[in-house]
Amino acid sequence: MSPPDAIDPAAARRAAEAVPSIPCDAEGPVFREPWEAQAFAMALALHQRGLFSWSEWAATLSDEIKRAQAAGDPDTGETYYRHWLNTLERLVTEKGATDAATLARYRDAWDRAADRTPHGQPIELRPEDF
Amino acid sequence: MAGHDHHDHDHHHHDHDHAHGSELSETQLRVRALETVLTEKGYVDPKALDAIVEAYETRIGPHNGARAVAKAWVDPAFKQALLADATAAVGTLGFGSRVGDHLVAVENTPTRHNMVVCTLCSCYPWEVLGLPPTWYKSAPYRSRTVIDPRGVLKDFGVTLPSDTEIRVWDSTAETRFIVLPMRPAGTESWSEDQLAELVTRDSMIGTGLPKPPGAAR
Repeated sequence: MSPPDAIDPAAARRAAEAVPSIPCDAEGPVFREPWEAQAFAMALALHQRGLFSWSEWAATLSDEIKRAQAAGDPDTGETYYRHWLNTLERLVTEKGATDAATLARYRDAWDRAADRTPHGQPIELRPEDF
Repeated sequence: MAGHDHHDHDHHHHDHDHAHGSELSETQLRVRALETVLTEKGYVDPKALDAIVEAYETRIGPHNGARAVAKAWVDPAFKQALLADATAAVGTLGFGSRVGDHLVAVENTPTRHNMVVCTLCSCYPWEVLGLPPTWYKSAPYRSRTVIDPRGVLKDFGVTLPSDTEIRVWDSTAETRFIVLPMRPAGTESWSEDQLAELVTRDSMIGTGLPKPPGAAR
């Protein structure tokens, strides 16, 4: 069932070890909402592809957390993956995988796609959403 | 992710009328934008991302639903509150996580078994049950459960007495369901924590039953 380039489950454990603040229980990372798992999966995939090292990731994430704390974030587990998402966006643009304008354009396109999609149908991007 | 999980939206991000449309929270929009851009540029493979997420589908936080069920088994007042207004009742458990706007608990009895499906997509009360299992999102489960719930149950290894009524609840964006399974016999002296160990995810979707007491450690 897994695609040939599926990520080795051990990669998740290594990520959790390299980035020690990931919310975990005895068996590994835990997520509060589906998007958190998606954001986690994207970081794993990008790391595997060599876009960044875990030490780079951890340094950027900790910088994002410091910024958020300075802005009044309580830095509880509840906001952890918000910082994670900020880190993802920052690293992919810093590494030139994409840029902020492209991300904003796709974000707006998804918003329009959601607006025109009745409940019960998968939300899919179409050219007219851009 | 296949773009099906669109009902875990946050109503507070939009102030215009969405009576017929879907909504994604600001965070979900950003996650989707990243995934689409990175996929188009060949940095990530959606199948590989799905594989990672699936590996964690049972790993989403503490199993809040199991705690609610176990509490309903030992605390009649909580059970009554849960069946009257599951959103409010689950909210009192202090999970610290936003609970869906309209969560409805449906109770299994010796004469009635409940099953939950989303025939159109994959509405799922992930706040209490975690990430939906892959089969829940599959077309065969979504279509067959309505037509042949007993056959679906059999595939899951569950056989009910022929006179047990099976009721199927179809989730919508507005209303999502959690099954309150029957407390297993032989657990009369068990604590809430012990009981929670017996409550499986599938038993709260209705495709399974709680573990028998002998199965606990």
